[in-house]
Amino acid sequence: MLYYIVKRLLILPFLLFVFSVIAFLLIQAPPGDFVTSYVAELAASGSSMDQIQIEALRQLYGLDQPVYVQYFKWITRLLQGDLGISLDFQKPIADLIGQRLLLTVILGLATFFFTFAIALPIGIISATRQYSFFDYFFTVFNYIGVATPTFMTALILMWLAFTELGITITGLFSPEYADQPWSFGRVVDLGKHIWLPMVILGLDGTARLARILRANLLDELNKPYMEMARAKGLSEWRLVLKYPVRLAINPLVSSLGWYLPLIFSGSLIVATVLNLPTIGPLLLRSLIGQDMFLAGAIVLSYFGLAVIGTLISDILLAWLDPRIRMEEASK
Amino acid sequence: MTAETAVIDTSDAADAISVAPNWKLVWWRFKKHRLALVGGVVLFFIILIAAFPGFFSTQNPSESNKNGSFIPPQSIVLWDKGPAFYAFAVNGARNKRSFRMEWTIDPTKKVPLRLFATGYEWKVFGLFKTRIHFFGVANPEAGQKFHLLGTDRLGRDQWSRLLHGTQVSLSIGLLAVFISTILGLFLGGISGYFGGIIDMAIQRLIELLQSIPPIPIWLALSAALPRTWSVATTYLAITGILALITWTGLAREVRGRFLVLREEDFVVAAKLSGCSQMRIVFRHMLPTMSSHIIAAVTLAIPVMIINETFLSFLGLGLRPPAISWGVLLQEAQNLQSVALAPWLLLPGVAVIITVLALNVLGDGLRDAADPYH
Repeated sequence: MLYYIVKRLLILPFLLFVFSVIAFLLIQAPPGDFVTSYVAELAASGSSMDQIQIEALRQLYGLDQPVYVQYFKWITRLLQGDLGISLDFQKPIADLIGQRLLLTVILGLATFFFTFAIALPIGIISATRQYSFFDYFFTVFNYIGVATPTFMTALILMWLAFTELGITITGLFSPEYADQPWSFGRVVDLGKHIWLPMVILGLDGTARLARILRANLLDELNKPYMEMARAKGLSEWRLVLKYPVRLAINPLVSSLGWYLPLIFSGSLIVATVLNLPTIGPLLLRSLIGQDMFLAGAIVLSYFGLAVIGTLISDILLAWLDPRIRMEEASK
Repeated sequence: MTAETAVIDTSDAADAISVAPNWKLVWWRFKKHRLALVGGVVLFFIILIAAFPGFFSTQNPSESNKNGSFIPPQSIVLWDKGPAFYAFAVNGARNKRSFRMEWTIDPTKKVPLRLFATGYEWKVFGLFKTRIHFFGVANPEAGQKFHLLGTDRLGRDQWSRLLHGTQVSLSIGLLAVFISTILGLFLGGISGYFGGIIDMAIQRLIELLQSIPPIPIWLALSAALPRTWSVATTYLAITGILALITWTGLAREVRGRFLVLREEDFVVAAKLSGCSQMRIVFRHMLPTMSSHIIAAVTLAIPVMIINETFLSFLGLGLRPPAISWGVLLQEAQNLQSVALAPWLLLPGVAVIITVLALNVLGDGLRDAADPYH
């Protein structure tokens, strides 16, 4: 087990290196360097920057040097904890995304647990009562859940809440808590707002996971060991939960590897529609405004979240499935 | 006598099964899947619309009308003490305070409709000009207008725009999947067939690509596309961006199939009889897995369609004047416009129906792909 985790951890630096290169290339992708576009933007809004300041900025980011030197400068500053300054907001990037990153993680994890809490019972009941009304109902529900883009769900719910209840459901906080430091009241307020984006984000995943679980469980339910356990008089529910579910759940856990990162980045679109204070809407704004260092930092945060998500699922899988840790240890 | 016929019948059926070619077995199996058949029929009509959006439209999709914004959908009356085919006219008046047009349905004024009506000029496959439409206003000279799904902010006909969007969204999905299929087949194929170090390298590449969250990458790449590019260039670039990351799933599928097939007797036999590697791959291995590939491809298209919708919805995919479902939904991006004109959400319903049809069809195909099971 330890060997397995260490091996996973050793890949991390390499993955992060590749990801940082990709993020940097994305920063570089728009034509022209960003200082030029920044100066042009300033000129358009009537203010200007003197030549010395412009030169200082160019020097700082190494804009007159080859790409790899620029990358090296960027990554060194990054490792020292200096993400740079957002030219659009005129604020340090770390200040801009710190709080939002935390909320992104909270929303992601909440969605994740919600998905499993819903998908597990649905999958188990659909499989044990195959072709019942319940099973058909959730088959239809799952198909629709997968087919509906998350932003559609968000828009429709927003519209219904507005026309039927007369309330607007946007953001993660009430106005009085929006810019406050953390307090007990703020956490409660977050709890009151987070359920809607959580449910919207979770629907798609719930549908997928319940389908996988149902299919896996159906394969297990016809195996001879079930007959054997029944013959020995084990009660039906204990039997199902103790043996086939434990086997059928493994493929589900391995799907965590893609599911958790998918929630983190997938929340981007819902967050934009519902105007949530996560990093998603900020990425969109920075990309449209060509604030490329901010965009690069956010893309890198998404990559970081993806790496952590994959790592968590790898460890969970090894913990749940003895076959994996044995296989890895015997190599 | 009857018993005898029954016996003969079953043996006939058994014979038919044992001599039927692969595709026939797949088809028999597929036919049993009712839901998938329904999905196929729905998809047929969607493709028909995507092929001739002009024919089914009632108005030029780009034609705006500044005095006709946010007209609500007008329903068609088919039965009025006998078969009928008309819609009620709408009356507009400007609200004195908000200066917004407000529309009421006028049950006394009828707009007669007819099938195969004459309307604006469109081109069949961009080649032949015609003015014939599937249905439309019976006498357009009188200045009567009819909007089945209402109009948008600029007074453009939502129904016609939806149909033209179908063409773009569906074709982007198909084209992107086509590119990623080629990439997936090629890389998955050589990975699975040769194995060894090539397999290792390609598998690591796939793992790397799959561990990257796609949405931020798509957004960043699309944002880097120059705004000055033409609609057609952006269309191709977006397709390429979508295909770039999604080929990995298919490559894995193909590789897995190849690994299994490589050990099969018929492949070994072909090898021993001196077939070239190309022949083994293309003549013997690929046809055996074609049904699996078709199923995987069918299931990949809806994912692409949803992704294109995401990108365009966020304003980073196709941009107006291009019309796609995502571009149309951009009009419904905030609560104000949705509350004012809920029918702007209808393109989303088109997305849901299409994706549902494709998913159901793909599931049916996947179940039927292995008829020997």
